[in-house]
Amino acid sequence: MTWVSDHFGQLLQVSGQHLVLALLPVLIGFVLSVPLGWVAHRWRLARTILIPLSGLLYTIPSLALFVVMPALIGTRILDPLNVQVALTIYTIALLVRSVADALDAVPGHVVAAANAMGFGQLRRFFTVDLPLSVPVLTAGVRVAAVTNISLASIGAIIGVESLGSFLTEGFNRTNYPEIIAGIVAILVLALVVDALLLLVGKLITPWTRATRGASKGASA
Amino acid sequence: MNAIWAWLTDPLNWSGYAGIPVRIGEHLTYTAIAVLIAAVIALPLGLYVGHTGRGSFVVVGVVNSFRALPELGLLILLVLVMGVALALQAVTIALVALAIPPLLAGTYSGVRNVDPEVVDAARGMGMSELKIALTVELPIALPLIIGGLRAATLQVIATATIAAYVTLGGLGRFILDGLAFHDYASMAGGAVLIAALAIVVEAILTVVQRLAVSPGLRTARTRRRATRASSEPVAEAAGAQA
Repeated sequence: MTWVSDHFGQLLQVSGQHLVLALLPVLIGFVLSVPLGWVAHRWRLARTILIPLSGLLYTIPSLALFVVMPALIGTRILDPLNVQVALTIYTIALLVRSVADALDAVPGHVVAAANAMGFGQLRRFFTVDLPLSVPVLTAGVRVAAVTNISLASIGAIIGVESLGSFLTEGFNRTNYPEIIAGIVAILVLALVVDALLLLVGKLITPWTRATRGASKGASA
Repeated sequence: MNAIWAWLTDPLNWSGYAGIPVRIGEHLTYTAIAVLIAAVIALPLGLYVGHTGRGSFVVVGVVNSFRALPELGLLILLVLVMGVALALQAVTIALVALAIPPLLAGTYSGVRNVDPEVVDAARGMGMSELKIALTVELPIALPLIIGGLRAATLQVIATATIAAYVTLGGLGRFILDGLAFHDYASMAGGAVLIAALAIVVEAILTVVQRLAVSPGLRTARTRRRATRASSEPVAEAAGAQA
């Protein structure tokens, strides 16, 4: 406990670093996954390429992907970009499938109604299809965020600073409080981010609550 | 790129007590032992919880919270507590702990997804609960169970790479030793081998998963597909969940 109180400032600062390292890839990956997932939803051929490719990329162990990055994008081995690009790849691999499945699940009669009301393709996508996909997408983003927060710590092995650095430093010095503080900090970050994403997902889909309430009222 | 290729094709790296074949053997041995122990624990447990519905809340909670647990922290803590002399045992415990949640989730959701009418029919025929679990629910749940096995195996292959950090062997050695000696070709070469190993194992298990669909279900599904083409995405989504 004294280790924690002595290093509290450092813990907070590195937690911030850890969040940027883990969550910036979630944001970028999400933005890239929406058009990719739409393409996979729209064209069968694109789907048969994109979905297995995602699975393949997701299969590659994180430490291996971090290490091959310099050869692929020309960074130095200590560059945090290696970890961020790798985590972005994992996020896309996870979310392309979520986006495609979510768009597939939009009810046909809703799409037909929007078309009949004269919605253009683009307007329908952003005001009907995408909002209706939010619950499935939130689930995907939560998994990606929690996984990335855990995986970002592995970058510490190759010298990319994060909360994982407390684990490697604690190992080298046989300093238990430091290791446990690192593990707890990573778990807390993951749980807090997960809860926040769940909350945001609920807040931006007020109709899911309304529907549930109505069906409950109807059955009573 | 050329340096990595040169490293991968150098015959010297493919021989000796620390050559690539030995490291692949170590990596696969760690993985096989951990997954086997985890299966012995998780399969009966998942079958029991799935069949009776008792403790399903705990299963879901355990599975979700393990996703957030940093593998590196678990490995380091166990190795320090048990001592470097027992590093192999410590790493095995960590790998087993990481393999149990996906196996448990696969088995549990596989058994839960069995059509209750089928279970009732078996019960009506006078089958004992144990017989229902083993001869009805287990075969029907098998594809999802193998899906869980796939997820567990990949998680263990990935984490076994990190085991090199806590003094063990396996393909992670090439990354860690390369890092120590500023030999990027060895690091990247090792990383390529790890990725290839993971992809090959995944491909094999995917084929096994396809073959594991019980013959009875296979005919049922093709028959259904003939009448209702929309049934496929549902089956696909169920597979992805595990």
